Formats: sequence, structure tokens, C-alpha cells
Amino acid sequence: MFENQMSLSFPSRSVNEGLARTAVAAFVAQLDPTVEELCDIKTALSEAVTNAVVHGYQNSIGTVYIQAKRKGDKVILRVRDKGCGIENIALAMEPLYTTCATGECAGLGFAVMQQLCDKVRVRSTPGKGTTVVLERRITSRGE
Amino acid sequence: MPVRIMVGEDVVSAYLSGEIDHHNAKELRTQIDCAVERELPRLLRLDFGGVEFMDSSGIGLILGRFRLIQDLQGRLELCSLPNHIAKVVHLAGIDHLLTQNDPKEDDQNV
Repeated sequence: MFENQMSLSFPSRSVNEGLARTAVAAFVAQLDPTVEELCDIKTALSEAVTNAVVHGYQNSIGTVYIQAKRKGDKVILRVRDKGCGIENIALAMEPLYTTCATGECAGLGFAVMQQLCDKVRVRSTPGKGTTVVLERRITSRGE
Repeated sequence: MPVRIMVGEDVVSAYLSGEIDHHNAKELRTQIDCAVERELPRLLRLDFGGVEFMDSSGIGLILGRFRLIQDLQGRLELCSLPNHIAKVVHLAGIDHLLTQNDPKEDDQNV
């Protein structure tokens, strides 16, 4: 199985959340995933991108960087922002934890990523930004 | 239109469609809340039959509407969930909003 990769960057406007999902879904489709696998990857990616837009850059507009890689039967997605960073990653990843005061955030972004991916890695430096790496194995149907 | 709202006797039904993410949730919330606050229904029914994608922003949307309708002493019902939406609802651990209010059971009681 050949290796492949792509990069995408866009301003952290919420309208681009859908763009990111569509682009990554098209990339992942090359591996012939099941409908469920594709859905899971889109959902996990959407959580990471939304975090970058809502929490990373908060009320400002910055650039969100996505790198998608196919390595063997794995898809590796790297979502990076140069926003405010996360002070306490363990706390931020706790289910239902949210810094949002409107009552409209479920606080489930990381929990969903962890349940839909094989591996989730988070690196963050306060004031510098955050990188989330999502890894998911694809059980190709054609083989 | 990402949501079509139908008003019946004591019921507001919101037929959601398209993609429910952080970007679209705001508009959906505004339209649903506007109808609920105007009609003060006993039942708010969210129909996901036309929804192609939903992430945890949709869970925030559901929980926010759950709180609103509870404040009005009404109840919330989720129906027609495609598999991938049911999975996100399950991951969020809010299945009980579903099982209490299975629309098929309601049909049998009518």
C-alpha cells in the first residue's frame, strides 16, 4: 500500500470546519474505509479543528494547519494552531470539562476523539499553540 | 434551511438536516429556541432524519435544548437518529434521552 500525504491550512473561521472535514474525508477515501470508519475520522477531526477555532484562537483569527498522512493501514492527522495553548492538558481532556460559560459546549471534544481514534496525542505550550495528533487504523475492505 | 420547524398542539418538532457542527449549531439553536419560547410546548421533538454529520457540538445543542424545555416543565424527544448520530449520542452517555421516548412505542400507544 503506497504512502501519501497532504497539507491544508486555513483561517480559523468556523465556516472552515466543514471544509476541513470534506478535504480530509476525500484524502481518507483513498484507503477504501468503511462508512463507519470514515464517519469516525470526520467526527474526530471536527472536534480537533473546532477546539483550534474556539479555544486555540478564541476571539481572534489565526491559521489552522492540518497534515494528513497515510502510513500502511493507518491514517495520521495532525491539527495544529498557534493560539493560546493549554495550561493543563490532563484537565482539558477530562470528559465534561469545559471553559465555555454559555452552557452550549458539552466538554466532550477530547473524549470523542479518544473513543473514535486508536491514539490521540496532545502537545501544547501556553502562549505558543497546540498540536493534536489523531491516529486511526483502516480495515480496508478490498483486501 | 438547516432546520424546518413544525408546530402542533403542545408540540414543537424541529426537523434538522445537513451537518451539525460548531459553525451551524448557533443558527439551529436560535431558530429552535425562538419557536420554543413562542409556543411554550409540552414536548420538543428533535428529528435527526436528515442529518448527515454531527460532532459533539450537536451534543451541546441537545443538552442546551434539554435544559430549556425542562425549565418550561416540558420534555425533550430525539427521533429518527441515523446510526452515526446515535453513536455520538451514545459516546456522550445521553442515551436515556432516547430510550425514555422511543417514537415507535408512542405510535403503538396512539
